[in-house]
Amino acid sequence: MILDKLTARLESVQEYEKEPVPESKLKGWRSFLGMYAGEHTAGTEFVIGPLFVAHGVGAGALVFGLLIGNLLAVLSWAFLCAPIAVKERITLYFKLEKICGKQLTLVYNLVNALMFCFLAGSMIAVSATAVGIPFNIPMAKLTDWLPGSPSWVLIVLAVGAVTTLIATLGYEQVSRFANIASPWMILVFLAAAIAVLPELGVKSVSDFWPVAKSSIWTGTPLEGQSKFTFWHVMFFAWFCNMAMHIGMADLSIFRYAKSWKSGFASAGGMYVGHYFAWLASGILYAVFLHKSQNSIEFAPGPIAYYAAGITGAACVIVAGWTTANPTIYRAGLAIQAIMPNSKTWKVTLIVGLITTTAACFPALVMRLLDFVALYGLLLMPMGAIIFIDFYILPKLGMKGEFAAKAGLNINWAAAGTWVLTLAACLFINYALGVEIFFLGLPGWFVAVVLYIGLSYFFQPSKQLKTRLS
Amino acid sequence: MKKTALGILALSGLALTLIPPVLVFTGSLSNQAQKTFMAIGMLLWFAIAPFWIKRAQ
Repeated sequence: MILDKLTARLESVQEYEKEPVPESKLKGWRSFLGMYAGEHTAGTEFVIGPLFVAHGVGAGALVFGLLIGNLLAVLSWAFLCAPIAVKERITLYFKLEKICGKQLTLVYNLVNALMFCFLAGSMIAVSATAVGIPFNIPMAKLTDWLPGSPSWVLIVLAVGAVTTLIATLGYEQVSRFANIASPWMILVFLAAAIAVLPELGVKSVSDFWPVAKSSIWTGTPLEGQSKFTFWHVMFFAWFCNMAMHIGMADLSIFRYAKSWKSGFASAGGMYVGHYFAWLASGILYAVFLHKSQNSIEFAPGPIAYYAAGITGAACVIVAGWTTANPTIYRAGLAIQAIMPNSKTWKVTLIVGLITTTAACFPALVMRLLDFVALYGLLLMPMGAIIFIDFYILPKLGMKGEFAAKAGLNINWAAAGTWVLTLAACLFINYALGVEIFFLGLPGWFVAVVLYIGLSYFFQPSKQLKTRLS
Repeated sequence: MKKTALGILALSGLALTLIPPVLVFTGSLSNQAQKTFMAIGMLLWFAIAPFWIKRAQ
């Protein structure tokens, strides 16, 4: 009986994958503010803040780097992604199908879904560090890549199962959960950091900055970690969600927005989650390093538990969920674009299984900065293609959505742009020694030039263009 | 009336999350008491907020 009801509920989940979102389903900017604040005050924040400390970022570099980097991220959502989303009101995958053709979109979707699975997996792993506290399981170290114990694997499987179940219930459920949890999570981050400040020697507000420079963000990396500067922080803050804004993955989210100005609601996620939460988690990690004499054990759950008790541990679990849920949902959309006749919830369930398996490997957490940068870079060229296809190609007398109009399974201009852009980034990385965190900017311009040039080359003659139009 | 009462209870949960750590910072509260108050705040928020938000909508 209960199973029947649940199945009926799941069958009724309607996400408008292949049609524009109807007027009645549009949401105001507040809905996105809640969603972004929840999604970006998340499990990753418990990892990224500490990793900045481990990489020896200075206090000034962090404060100003985050200020500018986050501003650039908000502007990217507001001026690049949201305007196209509200004009088209279709998912990223359906839009790509029209531009790139079914076969290239299939490849993109596979890469995208895999990246989403790994990202969600890292969040499940972060949640598991908190769930594992009562069982006293051994926690992973900064240098670990493989699962350390069977008990760790069991806990990850349990957390993954619950996260997947919530994600199968669809966007509305995810949004509702994030909206309820996010104000509380934000306060827990802030509160936990305030509570431990006296242990670092901060007795009044005026003590904070000198202690921040001498004991938290000292400018000296931990042993074996590379040195990060202002530029690393700024570019990381800008590009850590590159796949979502410049890469256009959030077309699927902002298609529900009443106005493109909802793109500015991403500031809720950036300045709360990617600013205060990163600072707060950095402070918590500095206390952990201080007390453990620079131990290389790295487990956000116990760190939060030390500062805020059971509330801190619960916050790590919930924070992991609020990132993992929409990420699994997005991966589900990606796979569904490959198998359009499958039910959303069935696809999401499969994605959840892959995600949970990936979560068993601590490497996902320990190399999160590199992974996040790589993930954005891999998907960025498609965002540049959508941008040029939407705004520039028609002005140059070429056809937008060329694959749909010409009946192609693969748009070779888009395929060439994607592969050659990544090859160019690889060249810049190896030959010029530019780190992965910075490659997105030159890469975007390379993609723009390539797509315009290759479209000119691959699109048919003027006569055929006229016939097509 | 009921909406206001739910709102006050839910916001009390958030207040219990933030104020105790500030009191620890000023030296007016022990760490153990802070953690207990924060746990009560968490229970209050998650028990009441869904109903409050539903009514507000």
